[in-house]
Amino acid sequence: MPRRDDISKVLIIGSGPIVIGQAAEFDYSGAQACKVLLEEGYEVVLVNSNPATIMTDPEFATATYIEPLLPASIARVIERERPDALLPTLGGGTALNLARQLTEDGTLERFGVELIGADYDAIRRAEDRELFRVTMKDAGLRVPRSVVVESIGEAERALPDIGLPAIVRPGFTMGGEGGGIARTEVEYRERVAEGLAASPIHQVLIDESVIGWGEFELEVMRDRNDNVVIVCSIENVDPMGVHTGDSVTVAPQQTLSDPRYQALRDQAITVIRAVGVETGGSNIQFAVHPNTGEIVVIEMNPRVSRSSALASKATGFPIAKIAARLAVGYTLDEIDNDITRVTPASFEPTIDYVVVKWPRFAFEKFPGADGSLSTHMQSVGEAMAIGRTFKQAFVKAMRSRELDVERTAFPDDLLAALETPSHDRYALLFEAIRQGATEEQICARTGIDPWFMAEIAALARGEDPEAGLQRCFKAVDTCAAEFEAATPYFYSGWERQARHEVDRGERPSVVILGSGPNRIGQGIEFDYCCVHAAMTVRESGRDAVMINCNPETVSTDYDTSDRLYFEPLTIEDVLAVIELERPEGVIVQFGGQTPLRLAQGLADAGVPLLGTPVESIHLAEDRPSFGGLLAEVDLKGPPYATAGSPEEALTAADGVGYPLLVRPSYVLGGRAMEICYSREGLADYLERHSNDSASVPNPSRTAEGGRPAGTIFLDRFLENAIEVDVDALCDGESVRIGAIMQHVEEAGVHSGDSACVIPAMSLGPEMIRQVETATERLALRLGVVGLINIQFAVHGDDELYVIEANPRASRTVPFVSKAVGVPLAKVACRLMLGERLADIELDIPAVPGHVSVKEAVLPFGRFPRADSLLGPEMKSTGEVMGVASDYPAAFGKAQAAAGAELPISGTVFISVTDGDKPTATQLAASLHDLGFEVLATGGTAQAIRRMGVPVERILKLSEGSPNVVERIESGGVDLVVNTPTGSGARADGYEIRRAAVARGIPCITTMSGASAAQRAIRARRSDPPEPIPLQELHGNRSAAGRSPAAAGRASE
Amino acid sequence: MSAYVLLEDGTRFDGEAAGALEGFGRDAESFASVAATGEVVFNTAMCGYQEAVSDPSYRGQIITFTYPLIGNYGVSGDHMESDSVHARAVIMREGIDREDSALAEGGWLTWLADGGIPAITGVDTRALVRHIRDQGAMRGGVFGGELSEDDAMDLVRAEPSMTGADLAKEVTPGEPVVLDPLNAGGGPRIAALDTGIKDSIVRNLRERGATVELHPCDTSAEALLARSPDAVFLANGPGDPAALDYIVETVRELIGQKPVWGICLGHQLLCRAVGLDTAKLRFGHRGANHPVKDLATGRIDITSQNHGFAVLGPGGERTIDTDEPVRWDTDFGAAELSQLNLYDRTVEGLVLKDVPASTVQYHPEAGPGPHDSLYLFDRFMETLAA
Repeated sequence: MPRRDDISKVLIIGSGPIVIGQAAEFDYSGAQACKVLLEEGYEVVLVNSNPATIMTDPEFATATYIEPLLPASIARVIERERPDALLPTLGGGTALNLARQLTEDGTLERFGVELIGADYDAIRRAEDRELFRVTMKDAGLRVPRSVVVESIGEAERALPDIGLPAIVRPGFTMGGEGGGIARTEVEYRERVAEGLAASPIHQVLIDESVIGWGEFELEVMRDRNDNVVIVCSIENVDPMGVHTGDSVTVAPQQTLSDPRYQALRDQAITVIRAVGVETGGSNIQFAVHPNTGEIVVIEMNPRVSRSSALASKATGFPIAKIAARLAVGYTLDEIDNDITRVTPASFEPTIDYVVVKWPRFAFEKFPGADGSLSTHMQSVGEAMAIGRTFKQAFVKAMRSRELDVERTAFPDDLLAALETPSHDRYALLFEAIRQGATEEQICARTGIDPWFMAEIAALARGEDPEAGLQRCFKAVDTCAAEFEAATPYFYSGWERQARHEVDRGERPSVVILGSGPNRIGQGIEFDYCCVHAAMTVRESGRDAVMINCNPETVSTDYDTSDRLYFEPLTIEDVLAVIELERPEGVIVQFGGQTPLRLAQGLADAGVPLLGTPVESIHLAEDRPSFGGLLAEVDLKGPPYATAGSPEEALTAADGVGYPLLVRPSYVLGGRAMEICYSREGLADYLERHSNDSASVPNPSRTAEGGRPAGTIFLDRFLENAIEVDVDALCDGESVRIGAIMQHVEEAGVHSGDSACVIPAMSLGPEMIRQVETATERLALRLGVVGLINIQFAVHGDDELYVIEANPRASRTVPFVSKAVGVPLAKVACRLMLGERLADIELDIPAVPGHVSVKEAVLPFGRFPRADSLLGPEMKSTGEVMGVASDYPAAFGKAQAAAGAELPISGTVFISVTDGDKPTATQLAASLHDLGFEVLATGGTAQAIRRMGVPVERILKLSEGSPNVVERIESGGVDLVVNTPTGSGARADGYEIRRAAVARGIPCITTMSGASAAQRAIRARRSDPPEPIPLQELHGNRSAAGRSPAAAGRASE
Repeated sequence: MSAYVLLEDGTRFDGEAAGALEGFGRDAESFASVAATGEVVFNTAMCGYQEAVSDPSYRGQIITFTYPLIGNYGVSGDHMESDSVHARAVIMREGIDREDSALAEGGWLTWLADGGIPAITGVDTRALVRHIRDQGAMRGGVFGGELSEDDAMDLVRAEPSMTGADLAKEVTPGEPVVLDPLNAGGGPRIAALDTGIKDSIVRNLRERGATVELHPCDTSAEALLARSPDAVFLANGPGDPAALDYIVETVRELIGQKPVWGICLGHQLLCRAVGLDTAKLRFGHRGANHPVKDLATGRIDITSQNHGFAVLGPGGERTIDTDEPVRWDTDFGAAELSQLNLYDRTVEGLVLKDVPASTVQYHPEAGPGPHDSLYLFDRFMETLAA
């Protein structure tokens, strides 16, 4: 059945900000879908709150709405756009839930919008646990046995059916606290009793445990003719019990025989039919008993997912693209396999290599979180590697992770430690093997399949799967070489003789180095810039060559570049590609720290780097030389010092003056950075960081500015300063400013975690001119060709300090590009390719006609024991944008989009430091006028009462009961304003913030944030502003009538 | 110990000796310890290695597995498609000899060695497969490293070509074998012309209540009909169907007398019996992921495939460029090409409209491969029950 002509406008919902469990993979799938639907001649309406996505580039849709992903705001877009259909399967759980809500509240029916891809019933059958169980049982499939009990007696009666081990979870406790595994009958009774006591509703959920069973996933596609294909099988090296996002996984499955694999395949097909996903892709998870082969269906996602992105990259089969075509009427046999171009999509990819995916964790960012893994995903990114053998892929995936620190200290009882899955499980496992533990011992403790164990143990014993072999670049072709591949997507394998499959052609090429696995401090923003670089290189008539190892991203879509090399971003791996490609130049400016770290090595190897010279990068990073440079151009930075030892630091600190910002020399995203207000505070910091011996810097990294690891940096911290960020373009001769952003939080909060606003609301024209002049001088002095990001602090009325300058693409480039309507990274890339600013028409408005607010999205909900306090160390995983005609409305939208929709009435709890009390009383008065009940602890309550504002005083946690933490936990608070009084991890503030995060209550930790929130609440009480698409906001400037397909393939 | 693959065009790929080849030099008496020759083909399935090597259709061939890791879950009696290994040798990127899988009764490489099957590991199989894809399947061999390339080439050249080879007679039973149903029974009696039938086919028929008789492939139509079967089954098997005119003659005598169903080589024989020609494919179809479209229903099955020859269209065409069923008249009434391979649009199925006879080129019994087409067994049994 061909394309549906009865629909012409399709609504696509993105997945919003990058959060743990929902990351860049949905930009990849959403961007693919948008491209396909535009190519098919449909009008595409897109809603997503995340500006750092390729899919929200204006040329990817007919109308692009940067709006909060909430039913009300989507309904307003539907009302304005009147789409014929909603395709909800490309924006993760977020989009699927919205589709469900919009069906339930009648919006879709009211506006005559048809759900395509997955209908309401299919969504419910897959997402509702009980309904899913029933559906599976009706289809003759087995799910883990499960029961809900309210007494020990009931639990005992259920035991014969459930069996041991069993998982016991108290009903309705926060973060699943109090649950556990029961292995014996005694443990079973104990756990149930504990659970009944812990549960506020005296209910315990008991599940049959499949922990330790093999975990498998199948990626399945179905078309409207009921043709079903399995795109890829994935096996988890970590057995059941660790979330698949946190597991090391392998494609294809390795340990099942053909009959066992076919049994899984048969069940997967039964599942997709029973759930009733009419068209598109689904991910189905199974547990398989290692001995009996018994199969249990764990869950299914009736949509594209992280695993489907991985499966697409692992096989070359573009699931999202094909899902979009299937949704608008095509059948699998009517769609071409892009890779071979001669065979249809109605087939199952077969691969002749092994793919290993490794998660990337960030536990070092969240003190208090213990690093153990469970069924609750905690990793922030992933790296994928392709090798000719499992061992080749495994070692390549390990080096692709780019760990900042490697574990070197180990517990005495390694085997005991291995029993609990942890983020560094494989470091422990390697060490255990080195210390003589047997494979059997480790298998028994971990449940890892003996086949994987043998392969990994061989590596631990020093086997080098590359030794004695030559690197050769082979193609990913979906068909194990049965057909010639048209799309060049390569990986390196090691063979006896190098036989490359790359046909480099005659055109000049430019290599773009990607940003590797996502991590906190280096996220999708950098991938966005790399994709823009690839587009620009192609438009220039050169071949764009991408090197990256992150399977979630748009940059690793084989469509993005002319040649994609799925390789780790290490100097050796990159040089091997360069040797083959002989590029005109290499771009290191767009992928964040990852490629910058390689810049010197590449330059030393004689590789031409495009854009800003390496020397400038070093100059900007090295404190003393940067200080000299500032003086040279008549600018000032805060006083600073460097010290080689804690003793030196304490002495040097007196010269710098307090408060000061202290950090170790090796920093990514402000790791281990703190503000110290006194000599005692600094001494405490130094004490705490002196015994970091379990974490040493990875020797393959050089410390910042070439300084030895162990150097301590001290900077004067400018209290109450306004922080300002600038992204600017420079061609070495002239400078254009993209935007000046003002941070909503004061200096001291990492810029990545701070909300910011364009235009800079509090800066007068004189200060704006100062910032512009300073930017110009610095960019020119550094010889920047491309992008530069500068952070300033404005202290008092007229003092401008330069905090730092980064001559590269920054995290804010996508946000600025969307706010001003000019694709900065693309322009920067043109400059790097030799064009001059004077020759490029750039329509950057001096004052935009609207206000754009960027808000950070924080992962504290995932780490219930970590403090949710903001500071100089970056902790956010993603960002959202709010656009409106005024600041309060834009701020309110950004808050709502970030998942902390501000209440318009209710109870506000305020607890602040003494210094903040004057501002807090003003805030209390305003909120009281808006109808809020005000709640405060002792000192703050007193101050508020003195202003004549009615306030209820409540006890601190330490003062007894009933206290504020209990009130928050019981749902009696709608908004929390709490500024920190110190860094004592278990202080009152910590418990207050933890409780607020757990209940999803907006928790504001700075006074400037609070005052912005108060204005936004006021704005929210009037009618919501009409949503305006980017294309209208910017008068179609940046779209320039180009379709993304044309942009991508202009060079052909 | 070193070993190498040598193709008849002189292309060489190095690796390490495995399986029976590992005994190289120690047991110079045995051909298997120094060499194996045959047609070098490749299979793209990602598991099911033991089923493949024990499939009689691989008689005379050396299998290159495109999946790089072979042997992961060991070997077991459950995975045999016949009583012995039929492939002449095995070429792998990495051979694995472990028996700690819960399923394993032995290690793969040890089992190959015990069975006298030469093997080679460490080969850049992808490069080899690309060569065969571009140049076509050809004769070649797997040799111990100490054998000179000249001697090896002599052995390769001595190997008869696959075109014109009657290999069915090498794998057919000497005497008829009768196998009882695997369920309550009471089903039809099916006489199979055993040109190398796979156990999975026999099992699928017996599981559906059939009594299966396996007859030597040169059994006459008369002798078969004398057994009064309810239906005749034409089996899979190795070699060139054009070399089997004696069976084609038998089939012509059977059509219309009894319902006929066939798979793979059996399909080619029925097609030849109704006047279609067969020809060698450049490198064959061997894998578990080929899409086949049923032209009557539009349904697409992912199929298991193993054949080096294919049936041509009624006009002698190699590919069928329409999605409509192609009909024409034969000596036995109207015929229709019922299924098509969507990879290369070659013929995958035949139905005679006026007499009960149909065949498919692919392997609905899987073993190894997907189960999408198992319904064909049900359909066949239903036609017999009706």
